[in-house]
Amino acid sequence: MKPVDLLLENDENPDWDSGTAELGHMLKPGELDLSHKVILYLEDITVSFDGFRALNKLSLTIDAGELRCIIGPNGAGKTTMMDVITGKTRPDEGTVFFGQTLDLTRLTEPEIAHAGIGRKFQKPTIFENHTVFENLELAMKTDKRVWRSLMAMLDSAAGDRIAETLQLIRLGAQADRLAGLLSHGQKQWLEIGMLLMQEPKLLLLDEPVAGMTDEETERTGELFISLAGKHSLVVVEHDMAFVKQLGGRVTVLHEGSVLAEGALEEVQGDARVIEVYLGR
Amino acid sequence: MSPSPARTPFIVRLGRSFNARSWQMAGLFAAFALIAVPVMHLVLPPDHPLYLSTYFITLTGKILCYAIVAVAMDLIWGYGGILSLGHGLFFALGGYTFGMYLMRQIGRDGSYQSDLPDFMVFLDWKELPWFWAGSDNFLWVVLLVLVVPALIAFIFGYFAFRSRIKGVYFSIITQALTYAAMLLFFRNETGFGGNNGFTDFKRILGYSITAPETRVVLFGLSALALIGTLLLARFLVTSKYGRILTAIRDAESRVMFIGYNPLWYKLFVWTLSAMLCAIAGALYVPQVGIINPSEMSVGTSIEIAIWVAVGGRGTLIGAVIGAFVVNLAKSWFTVSFPEYWLFFLGTLFIVATLYLPQGIVGLWVKLRQRARRGGDDLAAEAKGASA
Repeated sequence: MKPVDLLLENDENPDWDSGTAELGHMLKPGELDLSHKVILYLEDITVSFDGFRALNKLSLTIDAGELRCIIGPNGAGKTTMMDVITGKTRPDEGTVFFGQTLDLTRLTEPEIAHAGIGRKFQKPTIFENHTVFENLELAMKTDKRVWRSLMAMLDSAAGDRIAETLQLIRLGAQADRLAGLLSHGQKQWLEIGMLLMQEPKLLLLDEPVAGMTDEETERTGELFISLAGKHSLVVVEHDMAFVKQLGGRVTVLHEGSVLAEGALEEVQGDARVIEVYLGR
Repeated sequence: MSPSPARTPFIVRLGRSFNARSWQMAGLFAAFALIAVPVMHLVLPPDHPLYLSTYFITLTGKILCYAIVAVAMDLIWGYGGILSLGHGLFFALGGYTFGMYLMRQIGRDGSYQSDLPDFMVFLDWKELPWFWAGSDNFLWVVLLVLVVPALIAFIFGYFAFRSRIKGVYFSIITQALTYAAMLLFFRNETGFGGNNGFTDFKRILGYSITAPETRVVLFGLSALALIGTLLLARFLVTSKYGRILTAIRDAESRVMFIGYNPLWYKLFVWTLSAMLCAIAGALYVPQVGIINPSEMSVGTSIEIAIWVAVGGRGTLIGAVIGAFVVNLAKSWFTVSFPEYWLFFLGTLFIVATLYLPQGIVGLWVKLRQRARRGGDDLAAEAKGASA
């Protein structure tokens, strides 16, 4: 039996680091080993779908506390890359490490979420039949096993956390509304709020400002900038003004591998990048 | 809110799952089932206008068991989004398990005056198969009723949910499962009476199974079991667990990416649902007096889904209403127009799906909202006129 299977069956085991010794030698249970200042390593990742190489020997590292933007034309492999990091897609080849020790290719989606990676989808994915408050409640970092959820009651500290996040994402007045009734931009904010409730160390954000007004976009940018340092952020975005506002390093993906990397101005001046974006 | 909500005893929290109105309704219903029905059946003379016939008690008792199954179905389908078309299997397994005890209670009063059940004598078996061991012990059999169907549901569910089988694919394999079980139970060699199943019961715990007093007790137990099922179900769906369950129904990938493993969440409600069906089956068999493999037929399981669809999915009480409406209609049709029953059932299902997506409960809510809005309009008009 693979250690992953053991971990799966140990769902009822509160001591979730038991059995991870073979998975990733965590120094302290639940704590990420950032001794080399790098939070995410992707090395030579290849993913093929029916012969089409969505990712082609992709290598990328993200530093702890970094705010990184990923750009690239459609089909460059941005979303597939996020699928690989979050465990949705298994790479055909290559390694993915979270910190020095956690091999993400051997963990399931919920295990990766527990390890500290939060993901925002391209299309806002929230629980439309739950209230805004409940959406945040479910996302909150806590013991997420069945029995705990059955017996869970909201304590005041948790209530405060939710109220704080509601204020941050400016949905305080909407707390008791069904999430499905929110505007598109508000849904985006709610999903970001849910991510924050998870207290992840690494946030993956797939086109977080799509469908937002200019004002909302700017506020989102400010929020992300304030999160960097404490968290690491990887933002996939098409909106160049937004990328510019964020100001971090930029990685350009093309046909499943890294084409260029650097500050936005550098990247924008790169002849190969111009060619890819403007076409031949 | 009390200062340390986590310390509130479970029984108190369970009790709070019903609001005051629900408790009133449950209390009225319990008083009817536990006091009025026994008096109206046992004390009143048969020519009294309020006398309840044996037919009424048996029919209603049977539908109470169906209502438990419907609530169990609503939990997984209405809240979990998992449509099982094989829930008749767990109902039948509960019935068969308890039927083993009833067969043993016949003792030497069968046609062959043997210690073995008649069908075994007929097959020329000399001793009980191993799985009949202890079947003369009431408590052991009750334990089996709770454990065996749950175990089967757990194992089946584990592999199905781990493989992420969903939607119509899941429905189809549950149907295949119950069909396979039916074929297995049809065989004499399986040791459950073949196509005749179990019948001709005489006693339960030593009491005559056809005595009016026994019927009244079984009826009361079924009513209590239904109230208990509703209370437990209401607790589940109003807990954080319930919110996660509906979240899995609506956006499973989001649930996984915030760190919940849907496998265990689905498996819990699936297994619990199977257990509730088994309890219903065990209460059903002594009241109806027969259990045979037809309970595992595909049609029976589909009917369960129809009860819930007609009553209103995701409302719990709708499942109870649906079970009563459809089964009362069925008992009337099968007497008056037996050949048209299936046409009626099919039409009912189509109409409910097309025009009443929320079932009878949804219709009721809509009518009430309209009435209230109408009232508000009138009030507003009156106000405008007076101003």
